[in-house]
Amino acid sequence: MRPILLQGHERSLTQIKYNRDGDLLFSCSKDHVINVWYTHNGERLGTYDGHNGTVWTVDVDSESRFFVSGSADNQLRLWNVATGKCLYTWEFPTAVKRVAFSEDDKQVVCITEQRMGYQCTIRVFNISRIGDSSKQSKEPAHIFNPIGSKATVCAFTSQPSIIFTGHESGKVALFNFKTGEEVDSNERAHSDVVTDLQMSPDKTYCITSSKDKSARIHDTKTLDVIKTFTTETPLNSAAIAPNKPYVLLGGGQEAMSVTTTSLRQGKFETRFWHKVFEEEVGRVKGHFGPINTCVFFL
Amino acid sequence: MSGVTQNVENVDDIDYSDIEAKYKVEYDDSFDNTLIVDGVPIIDKSKLERLLTKICKEFSRKGVPVKPDDIFMPWDESTGKSKGYLFMDFRNANDANTALLAMDNHPFDAKHTFKLNRFDDGEKYANMDETYVEPEIEEYTPREHLRAWLTDPQGRDQYVVYRGDDVEIFWHGKPSQCELAYKPDWKDFLYVSWSPQGTYIATLHRQGVRLWGGPSWKPQQRFAHPLVKLIDFSPCENYVVTWSNEPIVVPEGKPQGPQYFSPDDEGNNLAVWDIKSGHLLRTFSTNTGTEGAVKRQMQWPALKWSPDDKFVARVTPGQMISVHELPSMFLHDKKSLKIEGVVDFEWCPLSDKDRDEVEKVASVGAKGAKKAPENMIAYWTPEVANQPARVTLLSFPGRAILRQKNLFNVSECKLHWQNQGDFLCVKVDRHTKTKKSIFCNLEIFRVREKDFPVEVVELKDTVTDFSWEPKGERFAIVSTNDPNLGNPGPGITIKTDVSFYQLDRVKNDFKLLKTLPNRTSNAIRWSPRGRFVVLATVGSSTKSELEFWDLDFTLEDRRDGQVVKEDWGSSIQSLGLADHYGVTDVEWDPSGRYLATSASAWTHTLENGYAIWDFRGQELLKQIQDRFKQFLWRPRPRTLLSKDQQKQIRKNLKEFSRVFEEEDQRESENVNTELLALRRRLVDEWNAWRARSKKELGEGQGHDHAKEKQSEEDKEEIEVWVEEVVEQIEEEVED
Repeated sequence: MRPILLQGHERSLTQIKYNRDGDLLFSCSKDHVINVWYTHNGERLGTYDGHNGTVWTVDVDSESRFFVSGSADNQLRLWNVATGKCLYTWEFPTAVKRVAFSEDDKQVVCITEQRMGYQCTIRVFNISRIGDSSKQSKEPAHIFNPIGSKATVCAFTSQPSIIFTGHESGKVALFNFKTGEEVDSNERAHSDVVTDLQMSPDKTYCITSSKDKSARIHDTKTLDVIKTFTTETPLNSAAIAPNKPYVLLGGGQEAMSVTTTSLRQGKFETRFWHKVFEEEVGRVKGHFGPINTCVFFL
Repeated sequence: MSGVTQNVENVDDIDYSDIEAKYKVEYDDSFDNTLIVDGVPIIDKSKLERLLTKICKEFSRKGVPVKPDDIFMPWDESTGKSKGYLFMDFRNANDANTALLAMDNHPFDAKHTFKLNRFDDGEKYANMDETYVEPEIEEYTPREHLRAWLTDPQGRDQYVVYRGDDVEIFWHGKPSQCELAYKPDWKDFLYVSWSPQGTYIATLHRQGVRLWGGPSWKPQQRFAHPLVKLIDFSPCENYVVTWSNEPIVVPEGKPQGPQYFSPDDEGNNLAVWDIKSGHLLRTFSTNTGTEGAVKRQMQWPALKWSPDDKFVARVTPGQMISVHELPSMFLHDKKSLKIEGVVDFEWCPLSDKDRDEVEKVASVGAKGAKKAPENMIAYWTPEVANQPARVTLLSFPGRAILRQKNLFNVSECKLHWQNQGDFLCVKVDRHTKTKKSIFCNLEIFRVREKDFPVEVVELKDTVTDFSWEPKGERFAIVSTNDPNLGNPGPGITIKTDVSFYQLDRVKNDFKLLKTLPNRTSNAIRWSPRGRFVVLATVGSSTKSELEFWDLDFTLEDRRDGQVVKEDWGSSIQSLGLADHYGVTDVEWDPSGRYLATSASAWTHTLENGYAIWDFRGQELLKQIQDRFKQFLWRPRPRTLLSKDQQKQIRKNLKEFSRVFEEEDQRESENVNTELLALRRRLVDEWNAWRARSKKELGEGQGHDHAKEKQSEEDKEEIEVWVEEVVEQIEEEVED
């Protein structure tokens, strides 16, 4: 297999995402721009300009018709994938850190940052898919503030009106977004910030990565830790391989805490682990800085 | 209902006796603040007042003020004279105690001596039961064998790992035999330390030191030295020395006894303890009173033990060496060795033969066998005025000077004994006349020979490390002429040369075997059995090489006394190269088969963890662990086998090893099947869990979406492939 290097961002990436068919890859970065790429040859299909701050997160719907993005300019935007047109913009008091589509593409969940006296807030919006979809309701369908440590990542689960969240304290929890109540939680899932959360194809389990240098597979219903992958570096992202029993972990010492510019100290390799045996099976070198995000085509 | 009202009405009838009994106020009817004073002059009433004022004065002088009102003197009414004793009341029992201590046996005048007793005692002894009761004998509970780990059927060694706040003790042997031996729940300690023969492990807590040992790792002993920072065991594990940077304070109300500090120890910070009894033997102060002078870094160990645990000595730089006898801890011969200018000293280690003799003497008794060999001290004094610097060998306790050697242009000396005490190497850093550059001489004393002949090896470079081969006649040095030496900076790794020397039996001098130029190695680690040596680059941020060398590669096995004749230095062979990033510590296991390297979080925080290598430099185990702090092999005591038995084993090694080879074979087969079974089990568990959650998912959703999913999911069956390499042959093809 030949690696394809995609060059198109001027600052570090924050999240990448495949569409369901796997022919497109969305990437967002601190340079305010969202790019979309053909995965088969690495050619850039286009960019989505409009955000005026770091784009923290993107998610694309199952038909590759729309995608949403969240940014440090306090905006959540809905875009048309094909035309590159921004269809709707929601404004919040603080930055948007995470967005995710529901399975049926009818809802979007977003987390806004806890800052300047505003609490960390989770909102769920109903997305209207009628016409060109530029008419959306301004107000969220559901809104609540998770108590305790702020949420950093979230995703819809297979159960109705339940979302899975990862928190700054290392906690993972299930929230009912209709009532805003915490259904279940595992306070000790990680011992440091949960940095990424990716669902299995059927959403029965998920993988979380954390700065505590480990990644874990959780049962999304019971929150039990099924598998643990312990590495020697803070992890920024973890992904589950489809149809193969592997997981992919990425991370590395942050640039500010690397004392000398030696490659080996940063541990910027992408790691492959066996999902079931909890054993490392391989590493891929090549990065010169910490890996911020990684993803598998599911 | 009626019952309740009735109870309320008859309040007065309630029986409170149990409550009253419970809360009864106990009147203090003891006389513990009263003393009986005997030996008071017999007087008549006229002199009473004068006597009482005199007595009160005497008591006040000793710091226990009494008023005449508190004294009651009984009178013999028939004679009109006093009875020669009196009662004295004090404010409290404490005062009475001080008075008892101060005034008992106090000579009042030429004829009269006070005898003080507690009033209570009189009563107590009067009421004593006269019949003798046999004391109950405590049941004997056998203690665990402290060296039980040596009886491990697989002959494995142990090591301790200290990481974060947790300590774990592991067995180390063949790959399949490595396992956790014990995970103690020791809390809040600075670090751990093994005793020199591995019997105990010590933890340093805020309150003091604790020793643990035995198969169940029970607490064995404790030494209450608050804020202890350093610990040192005596070589035979009879005593332990502790040090704290805080001087000892004995607060009031502290427990007293032979195991605790007494007020006499206040201000000191070095303590010597007996391990078996836990008793404090003596304390010292490490502040030698040279305030104002440049405060030199304290040497540790501050007390140096003779190898047989009979003496312990410490140096007062510039003045003397004080040798104390054990177990009394009195100064030997009541005087120190006054040596003007003395800087440092070392005890001569005992050879295996000496040790056998010492043990024989101990078992036969002082008479039968010949006397045990004397101990020996080597010390050096620097150049003062016209006097040259001097290295002296001194016998002890005979205190006879055995050999002295004068040295010139000396800036620093280091004493290195070979571990059998056969050789003493004095590494002399010498300066040129201009004092601008430093070079090095090695003055080697051949201690076992008559008149202690001295060989000199002159070197042009500075020697940064020196190390004798254990039980051998070789040594290795690290030398350098790097201009960066002495001004360390980030990223600077000093270039060094490593050289091996060996005693040439024919010419009786030390000859260079081989020099390895242009290295960065700065640490030499000989295997405890000799022959193998590891050169490491420690404490550098860019280099971390480990070189594994064999010094007897061409010899089939080393025969005692036989020296390579043909090719000098040809038997040195590199066995392997390895790298452990950020290595801070390198340590051989007691058997000399494995080497452990570790990178401790105490020094830096990059890739902390430890690795274990075999003697050829093959990595056997590597653990990268956050907040890893300490790795220590458990030392082993000396072998119990006699020389003949050892020879026997060496001769029939083939036969002994056959058993183990067969075992290895079986083992490796086992491991494969076990691993396979484990993986099968994991896969089964995973698949079972997946099936379960899929079923739940199906029930939960029930719409067509799930069905579509199902077909996709079917692909996700996990299978196990096991590849087994039966044999691998590498052939070199010549073309």
